[in-house]
Amino acid sequence: MIVLRTIRKVWETDPRVDPNPVVYALLAIGAIAIPIWAQASTGGNGDFWISVSADAGVYILLAIGLNVVVGFAGLLDLGYAAFFAIGAYTYAFIASEHLASTPIGTAVHLPFWIALFIALFVAAAFGLVLGAPTLRLRGDYLAIVTLGFGEIVPRVFRNLSAWTHGVNGISALDKPVLPVWLSGPWSGDPLQVIQSFKIVAPTGFYVIMVLLVVGCVVLVNNLRRSRVGRAWMAVREDEVAAAAMGVNTVRIKLLAFAIGAAFSGFAGAFYGAKLSLVSPENFDFSVSITILVMIVLGGMGNIPGVIVGSILIYAITFLFLPALPPLAEDWARNLGLSGLVPPNGEWPGIGQEVQRLKFLLFGIVLVLTMLLRPQGLIPSRVRKQELTTGSPEDQTIEDVNAETTA
Amino acid sequence: MVSTVANARARLLAGTHGKLLNATLLVLIAIALVILATRVVTLGPAYFVQILVYGLANGSIFALIALGYTMVYGIVELINFAHGDVFTLGGFISLWLLPIFGITEGGSLTGAGLILPLLAILVISMVSCAVVNVTIERVAYRPLRHAPRLAPLITAVGMSFILEGVMFLWRGPFNLHYPNVLPSAGFALGGPNGPTIAFKDLAVTAIAVVLMVALSLFVERTKLGKAMRATAQDRDAAELMGIDINRTIAATFFIGALLAGAGGMIFGLYYNTITFDQGFTAGLVAFTAAVFGGIGNIQGAALGGLVIGMIQSLSDGYFDTAWTQVLIFAILVLVLVFRPTGILGMRVPEK
Repeated sequence: MIVLRTIRKVWETDPRVDPNPVVYALLAIGAIAIPIWAQASTGGNGDFWISVSADAGVYILLAIGLNVVVGFAGLLDLGYAAFFAIGAYTYAFIASEHLASTPIGTAVHLPFWIALFIALFVAAAFGLVLGAPTLRLRGDYLAIVTLGFGEIVPRVFRNLSAWTHGVNGISALDKPVLPVWLSGPWSGDPLQVIQSFKIVAPTGFYVIMVLLVVGCVVLVNNLRRSRVGRAWMAVREDEVAAAAMGVNTVRIKLLAFAIGAAFSGFAGAFYGAKLSLVSPENFDFSVSITILVMIVLGGMGNIPGVIVGSILIYAITFLFLPALPPLAEDWARNLGLSGLVPPNGEWPGIGQEVQRLKFLLFGIVLVLTMLLRPQGLIPSRVRKQELTTGSPEDQTIEDVNAETTA
Repeated sequence: MVSTVANARARLLAGTHGKLLNATLLVLIAIALVILATRVVTLGPAYFVQILVYGLANGSIFALIALGYTMVYGIVELINFAHGDVFTLGGFISLWLLPIFGITEGGSLTGAGLILPLLAILVISMVSCAVVNVTIERVAYRPLRHAPRLAPLITAVGMSFILEGVMFLWRGPFNLHYPNVLPSAGFALGGPNGPTIAFKDLAVTAIAVVLMVALSLFVERTKLGKAMRATAQDRDAAELMGIDINRTIAATFFIGALLAGAGGMIFGLYYNTITFDQGFTAGLVAFTAAVFGGIGNIQGAALGGLVIGMIQSLSDGYFDTAWTQVLIFAILVLVLVFRPTGILGMRVPEK
């Protein structure tokens, strides 16, 4: 027990021990091991698990992007799914047959790799348009403006059915195509060079996803250490002091907001290409809140923490909760409570009831994390000090008081 | 130094950039009003009056919710995201109490036999909501009062989800039918084809007005109301004057939730349907109303609620219902961007 406590103390306080490299290493091993494990454990039929992992990657991208806004710059964005929707719909417009059925009349098929960046810029542009006037306001007004925007965007996509097919959404989006690809015995084909190879297999998406996440992590880490990153932290900790030090606070906040939106647009385009379908139902408030829960739980401002948080929450909401009803029914039967299983009047049956836990769970995670461990599971050292010890002024006054009374 | 920031902000607002945006906004509003006017003329005055009556009832409910937002924001500068769900909770608790008090749809109760139990249910729901809201403040906001601003905002969102989750577990994801117990009779204005004012339109508005007058008297006349105003103006100075800050803030949450709880029950009685997540949209609309009237300003919130309620009915009646919420949230964004002090502009929210 004492040994464990000592290790924990060293881990959390010793400046030479930084958990981040360890977490990165574990994540890298995991990223390589998942497809191998999935194929090996199912005898070559692991496509489902690889596909699920690639979907989780979309949430990792979103969480990394929201972390720039919430974790680095300290702005609460509650409408983050709006930019995700904008990215996905942009991809749907420029990479499918869809535009032929709208008033424009001709379809556009841009290659995935270009469309990805167009979606990124469109989302960032919307971020700028929304952010430019609102970032002058105080932080909590921004939260409510983004919340309103997050409600507007899916509704607009739903209502403009001449352009977006309304609730049905846009389907049959283009798949990514590689200009040249080498096929060989590993895919069960003779060794040959294939031109314009279409990526359909989940493994292909998984590889693209991992590469995108790695690229984004490197990018965001560099941003964090740059002049811009330091300005974000300064604004987050004390806006007035940052302004006094010559930081253009409006511009620096706008930059964080636009970069966050850009990540979301990027993830949206990938999501559209992988699912081959976008519909307004996929971008409601619960998506924004899921991503917020991910970064709060993982550790605001710390990228490895955010990644771990998003994997955890993704696993809980998309794998564990859907699998829970049969489990709960089994438990109830084994414990001799089989009366709980069938629906009875207002009681919908225990299977149904546990499936409803998502909202409650999210709420409890948010509140408990902020109250008990506001720095998250894998904290950023700077952020932890800020969130747990209060402002330095208070401390000095307390210290002085302690000294005078002693 | 603070003044440097303020000056920069003022210059930005006064610059050509700001003027251009303001002009565009005015033109847009003018176009909307012209279209509205032509439709009002073509559809006739009777329809217009009917729409206004719905708008009044709508607006009364929004005003009740908006008051809670504005009071809490005025005193602790926190958007209480859980407030909309406290409103829903009022509906759920009263729905549960109705059969217990023997009130059913198409029941035989009339007159005082109907009104007295309804009032009892109203009071119980209001007080239960108030207790819940004070608990939320105690558990989730008070410990974080000196933490960075982000922290209580996140727990507020979390609390909203917890309340929604509890109501979801309680009654499920469905639209619940709320018994239609108020008499549907009313009186027609201007002949058989004229607009009708139903008894429940009047009842809803009357309850809301009574509660709002009571609140404003309370804040203006009582000692606790004075303490609230003092705390809202300057918390430290109020504390030095011997005001118990924690008690005053708890009282604010209590009173705000009383009104929201009443709003929840009135909403159920008026629309005869409630859902576990209605508080999310209703809360956002009510917050729009609070901002519209100038956040922290009680009369402003009442006026804002009325205006937003009217806008909602006009949009439902003359335009497309599918676009109503888009319109209201667009108003929210635009008001916050162009006039963060609200239409009455009494309180400056920048500090």
